Amino acid sequence: MRNPFETEERKAFRETVRRFVETEITPYADDWDEAGEVPWELHAKLGALGAFGFGVDEKYGGLGFDDCFMRAAFSEEFYKCGATGIPAATGGRSISIGPIEKFAPDEIKDRVLEDIVTGRKGSSLGITEPGGGSDVANMKTVARKDGDDWVINGSKTFITGGMKSEYFVVGARTGGEGLTGISLFFVEADMPGFSRTLIDRKMGWWASDTATLYFDDVRVPARNMLGQENFGFIAIMNNFNYERLGMVAGSVGMMKACLEDSIAWAQERHTFGKPLIKHQVIRHKIADMSAKIDATEAYLNQICWLANEGEMPVAEVSKAKFFATKALEFCASEAMQILGGAGYLRGNRVERIYREVKVMAIGGGSEEIMRDLAVRQMGL
Amino acid sequence: MKVMVPVKRVVDYNVKVRVKSDNTGVELANVKMSMNPFDEIAVEEAIRLKEAGKVEEIVVVSIGPKAATETIRTGLAMGADRGILVEHDDEIHPLAVAKILKGIVGEENPDIVLLGKQAIDDDCNQTGQMLAQLLGWAQGTFASKVEAEDGSLNVTREVDGGLETVKLNLPAIVTTDLRLNEPRYASLPNIMKAKRKPIDEKTAADYGVDATPRLKTLKVEEPAAREAGIKVESVDELVGKLKEKGLI
Ligand SMILES: Cc1cc2nc3c(=O)[nH]c(=O)nc-3n(C[C@H](O)[C@H](O)[C@H](O)COP(=O)(O)OP(=O)(O)OC[C@H]3O[C@@H](n4cnc5c(N)ncnc54)[C@H](O)[C@@H]3O)c2cc1C
Repeated sequence: MRNPFETEERKAFRETVRRFVETEITPYADDWDEAGEVPWELHAKLGALGAFGFGVDEKYGGLGFDDCFMRAAFSEEFYKCGATGIPAATGGRSISIGPIEKFAPDEIKDRVLEDIVTGRKGSSLGITEPGGGSDVANMKTVARKDGDDWVINGSKTFITGGMKSEYFVVGARTGGEGLTGISLFFVEADMPGFSRTLIDRKMGWWASDTATLYFDDVRVPARNMLGQENFGFIAIMNNFNYERLGMVAGSVGMMKACLEDSIAWAQERHTFGKPLIKHQVIRHKIADMSAKIDATEAYLNQICWLANEGEMPVAEVSKAKFFATKALEFCASEAMQILGGAGYLRGNRVERIYREVKVMAIGGGSEEIMRDLAVRQMGL
Repeated sequence: MKVMVPVKRVVDYNVKVRVKSDNTGVELANVKMSMNPFDEIAVEEAIRLKEAGKVEEIVVVSIGPKAATETIRTGLAMGADRGILVEHDDEIHPLAVAKILKGIVGEENPDIVLLGKQAIDDDCNQTGQMLAQLLGWAQGTFASKVEAEDGSLNVTREVDGGLETVKLNLPAIVTTDLRLNEPRYASLPNIMKAKRKPIDEKTAADYGVDATPRLKTLKVEEPAAREAGIKVESVDELVGKLKEKGLI
């Protein structure tokens, strides 16, 4: 469908990303996924495209502007590679760049931001804890004031990029119970008391390293507090918006990959004397998949427009996220049915996407939590 | 030095081209178009010469419909400095293209014109050579390596059976082969900068060129479909079949 918000630059950027993904990523996607990692040069190549620079000043290697449509185009095209651990492993830094850019003092930004944005070094966001991820307001990691420093104790889990990142944005309790007692901190991997272990054997996202982080009396200077003391919760919630939009766009890319592979297979494969695509049941599956993709894409475009206008619609972002992952679940399942046994074999996009539906439906705010947030935003 | 790079808007190399049902040409409606890959190599080479400090300005030129502006922008986003669009909606052939380019050379006075060796749509492989003849310039075609020296270029050419290096006195024409370089991806900051780079708009008439085609396309057809092969079980059977067909 023609996009009413398309501009020459958005189109050119999308085309560049598409070509980059088709040439530099898709041919290696399966190998990297099976190997459980991507070569580090890929971070720098993506950085050189400008993919991590949205909303970051040019003096830190950023773009000096933001555009939700371009963010979305990047995610969508990247996720089409069909091994979505690769965008997670590389683009995972994006969810920590926002807080560093917004809240870190110049001393920290000058030292680290350009390295992160250009892909030389990795950074991760640590919110989820072994005790739970949905109930952010109830996090248990604590930071205690000691002279001019803060001393952090606790642990974080399911942290994307956690084994390779050098920098972390971490939520910790600095005040009383609940959402008004949380602050954000900038933590470095080489700080004494910091350690990490790999979470191995995941259902999907094999190419992405996921870690548990341990903070054992990690001492950080006061300037490493990002933003105001005890205002971390709101910062975390605001930061979720672009993460969730990225996941909506990623889901669109994954659905398009499912549809594309389904059509190609259905045209090729013959059953009962005719191509699969000529069987009505299959045609209806294609129609349903295509309609869900269009709807998600239109929804996403509308939200991107609002975000660019400075009116990030929190309720709609939440609704779009569960709508997109439900649509994705449907498309991945139908694509598997169309491919039949061939879809069940490792090494094809549909098989991987099918296994990677759930991380989209749970990570960054689960479907249940998204629905809850949406209804709360209605004032109910 | 100044380099001029002509770029053509063609059907994207990933598209499976289909012949129109009336056999007058190939289907272009709703087909993805992009810069001719050999021209992209030419733009890349020009940028590398500029990055090496040998070249000050790169001008990309496209002759084609208004939509070819997009192709020019692609060149600008890669790193060229400005563009010229010679708007022309109808079919155009290499000689007319070369004549228009000669007109532009007259105004721009480039030291080098770097072209793709051919366009992947009509595969003519003529424009660079014709332009060299019209201008009376030296030419290095099918370049796999280009080295700039003072007042000359060393061009390594891919010829049958090996590589040939020729020295061209400037000004000169160079046409690019596939192995000359790997074109860069336009970064987002450069895509945004390209928006502000100037593109002049001209027509063939501005250069006094009559671009009316001198050749007429009679018919365009799909290549004959290949018949399905057969599988043989053994060498004996293979030899038998070949004998049957009178091939051995
Ligand atoms: C591969 C992967 C990568 C991740 N990367 C990161 C990362 O980089 N950084 C980070 O901080 N986190 C990350 N996460 C964690 C992710 O954000 C959490 O898994 C998610 O927020 C859910 O938290 P949980 O797993 O602790 O589930 P829980 O919070 O324990 O919830 C369990 C289930 O109960 C449901 N539930 C919870 N509360 C309610 C309720 N009130 N009503 C109804 N249902 C409810 C949830 O929807 C869920 O289905 C990642 C997760 C995965 C799987």
